[in-house]
Amino acid sequence: MIAWTIYITFGGAVLALLLPRAFARWIALVTAIAGLALGAVVFVDTPIANLAHFTTIVSVPWVPVLGMNYHLALDGVSLTMILVTGISAVSTVLFSWDVEHRQNEFFFWLLLVVAGCYGVFLSADLFLLFVFYELVIVPKYFLIAIFGSTNKEYGAMKLTLYSFFGGMLVFVGILVAYVSGGSLDLNQLSQFDFSPQLQSWAFPVLFLGFAVLAGIWPLHTWAPTGHAAAPTAGSMLLAGIVMKLGSYAGLRVAMNLFPQGFQMWSKWIAVLAVIGIVYAAAVALRQRDLKFVIGYSSVSHMGFVLLGFATANALGVSGAVLQMFSHGVIAALLFAVAGRMIYRRTHTRQLDALSGMSLSQVMPFAAFTFVVAAAASMGIPGFSGFAAEITILIGAWKTYPIAVWIVGAGIVLVAAFTLRALKLSFFGDKEVEREIPERTTSTRDEFNPITFPEKIGACMLMLATLAVGVYPKLLLDRIMPAVETMRFLK
Amino acid sequence: MVGLVTAIILIPLLGAVAVCTWPPSSAEATDRRKNGRAIALMFNAISFGCALALWRNFDTTASGLQFVERHSWIPAINAEYLVGVDGLSLLLVLLTSLIIPFAILAPPPPKGSRAFYATMLVMQSALYGTFTAQNFVLWFLFYEMSLIPGFLLIKIWGGENRDRAATKFFLYTFLGSVAMLLSFLGIYLAKGTFDFAALASLGKSGLLTGNVAWLAFAGIFVGLAVKVPLFPFHTWLPDAYQTAPTGVSMVLTGVLSKMGVYGFVRLLLPLFPNEIKIIGPWLLALVVCSIVFAPLAAWAQRDLKRMIAYLSINHLGYCMLGLFALTASPTLAATIDTQAALSGVFMQIFNHGITAATLFYFVGLLEQRRGLRGIDDFGGLMQRTPLLCGWMSVAMFSSLGLPGLNGFIGEFLIFKASFATAAVFTAIAVIGLLATAIVFMRAMQCLFSGPLAEGCGAFPDLLRSEKFVVVPVTLLMFAIGIAPQFIFNVFNTTVVQMARLLG
Repeated sequence: MIAWTIYITFGGAVLALLLPRAFARWIALVTAIAGLALGAVVFVDTPIANLAHFTTIVSVPWVPVLGMNYHLALDGVSLTMILVTGISAVSTVLFSWDVEHRQNEFFFWLLLVVAGCYGVFLSADLFLLFVFYELVIVPKYFLIAIFGSTNKEYGAMKLTLYSFFGGMLVFVGILVAYVSGGSLDLNQLSQFDFSPQLQSWAFPVLFLGFAVLAGIWPLHTWAPTGHAAAPTAGSMLLAGIVMKLGSYAGLRVAMNLFPQGFQMWSKWIAVLAVIGIVYAAAVALRQRDLKFVIGYSSVSHMGFVLLGFATANALGVSGAVLQMFSHGVIAALLFAVAGRMIYRRTHTRQLDALSGMSLSQVMPFAAFTFVVAAAASMGIPGFSGFAAEITILIGAWKTYPIAVWIVGAGIVLVAAFTLRALKLSFFGDKEVEREIPERTTSTRDEFNPITFPEKIGACMLMLATLAVGVYPKLLLDRIMPAVETMRFLK
Repeated sequence: MVGLVTAIILIPLLGAVAVCTWPPSSAEATDRRKNGRAIALMFNAISFGCALALWRNFDTTASGLQFVERHSWIPAINAEYLVGVDGLSLLLVLLTSLIIPFAILAPPPPKGSRAFYATMLVMQSALYGTFTAQNFVLWFLFYEMSLIPGFLLIKIWGGENRDRAATKFFLYTFLGSVAMLLSFLGIYLAKGTFDFAALASLGKSGLLTGNVAWLAFAGIFVGLAVKVPLFPFHTWLPDAYQTAPTGVSMVLTGVLSKMGVYGFVRLLLPLFPNEIKIIGPWLLALVVCSIVFAPLAAWAQRDLKRMIAYLSINHLGYCMLGLFALTASPTLAATIDTQAALSGVFMQIFNHGITAATLFYFVGLLEQRRGLRGIDDFGGLMQRTPLLCGWMSVAMFSSLGLPGLNGFIGEFLIFKASFATAAVFTAIAVIGLLATAIVFMRAMQCLFSGPLAEGCGAFPDLLRSEKFVVVPVTLLMFAIGIAPQFIFNVFNTTVVQMARLLG
């Protein structure tokens, strides 16, 4: 049943393109909700025991001569990712409700990204996974290049070239796995014993290829520019799910197929991850553009995911998967506030300019949302960010105690830049020339109230981060068994 | 269905005669041209129908040649009129039947006349002949026959610099042909046969010995390498493709370049397996140069046609990579890899034909609208002509090998097979994929986004007649990308058979 998430979303994309303009956003909404609903139903229905193994849902020969199968499978990790994809998709559509410019195309590209993501998370065939993985690049490019804002051509180009570069490494890695393992089936390949020598070089190639998309330091530079250039919906999807494609595939493919290679390189992944966390947080502290702040914070948070992987124990890796979920929700929320609620109304994202507008009085709901998002992003207990990061850190404590200390400092930096952004954007006390009353009123009039779809989208995301923060067991119960059966732990 | 192959070869020739002699509806030059175009298309519809009939009646499970026609022709030198098709020939006949009408529908050259279409039809006939002839003398006749229309098409209807480009094209190819002819004479003197099948079965035991073998090998290799073209024999190509009118560029890259690859598969690999093995690493090095340098050169081009011309070198380089990796590597390729490599190469032949022709078609449309085709002459087209940009980007993505579109399938197979036998060369060749992607992304950025360029303000979007061309081709790209099995079925048995021969 979960396979229908892919078909429905592809179908919705085509319909959104072909039907008249007025229908586009409704189709997108219905499609996104259907995807989320399917995910939720499967989440509730499937017994936890069934989620421990990567269980086949669909397997149809595709090009039998060459061993390619249309093979989809599900376990706790992929189900978690399906869920966050659904949540992000629905909220993204809600936050794009008033897109006017070339609406049909916009929702077409948007749904294509979502469909490709569902595809990657469910693929159990290397070839299929690669197809979906590369398929996401195109709509991403157009979303940014057509509908983006600041420096959109540059941002779109940079992001696409980085993606292709990563894709090239992945391609080599897949060829290695296929040629020596003799199969494209992930479950079969994860039983195959690749020679340690092969693993020692194949693992870094494959993992790095995926990690480019996850924003690993020092190949992260596409992320802030890309996020800043993208339209709000694009940033939400990019940060919310597309970056997770990289980390998910790194876990599912690279680490699972080449466990010995992973063991050889895990400490270097940890080093890069720690640098990424601290460096990105430090850079975010100095940014003037609100979207850049959030873009760098995404890099920092994805660093936690990579650190979780590097711990190579069940707790750390499960924490990483939880962090993927959590960051998907939180980043979407942050970008929604910055891009939609603030930028659409003030037409600026410069923190200096914003600090003179005392936005917290003009847009109380936006301020409230941003406070919640900031708290979640900082890792305040009660939100999903805390649950995920604490799990990762406990896992890391066993393997890399030093890293935990450094990351501790990084968390302080994260809190610092988040508070700074929060203060400057909503609670700025800078007295700017607002003396002329006419100007004030006119400014206020421009600020349309937060619309109903925006409120729903924001509430949904806030609920999701709270729910997981308060009761992380909900997801961890499903993630842990799936992670424990993965090969690299043994 | 005896006679079908001959019919396919003859129909375009009849068409050429008809185009020249049919009384035009009026004496106006444009009317005469349109008239010629209509007749050419009509005859293409017939030959397309014949090609489909061939496909329908083709037994995909039987090995060996089908629809064979054998008549004695020049008994003195043992040359027979021997035509027939196997999976590979059928694939190329289908490709020719697709590309030529597509090219005829492309924007005509400024001074286009009825003779233009007649020449195209003569070329088509030569191409059909090349892909179905199974005897060297006959094959060579058709091979040379394609050269003259090619030369004329560039020389008469080409753009700027056409004399030089046409001469260069002719000289390069002709010198290659002469070398090939001499080599075959040597082989004939030693073995007394021109029959492809007979020669191929002799190849394994060493057709010739000593220096003669190397001479013969070098002659055939150069002849074919010029045609493909392979680095460093490629320098005629950018000039020719750039100058030729749109339709001719489409045929040159879509079908004519495939004659070289076809020759490699049909002649060089079966005849000289030992020689290829000995100098294998050098051949692979040339191929990798083609694959990596060509897109870099494309990157530096300002002229869109020249850019796509260089990318063609890169894409045909993948074909060569597949072929040489399976024969030239020191380790013996496993049967499954050989089959994958051949399947990949055949797939790539077909896909590149469609995709490159489509790209040239789009450049032709842009040129027709703007009058220029420098990459800097356009900008912001997305605002003005969203449909044109959308469909053109599909072709570009197909060309850079995006999964889900046709280009990827062939490349994936080739890389998979060559990785197993020549890992280092393949790993370097992967850079070519990235470079191609960069070239296309840059082109898309320059053409489609940014502010609307001067002179692009009055562009019409895709016209109805253009949509009729673009939509089916794009659908075909998606169809092959998503469900390639129907193309594999055409040549599966042939691949198995060839793999046995080469293994």
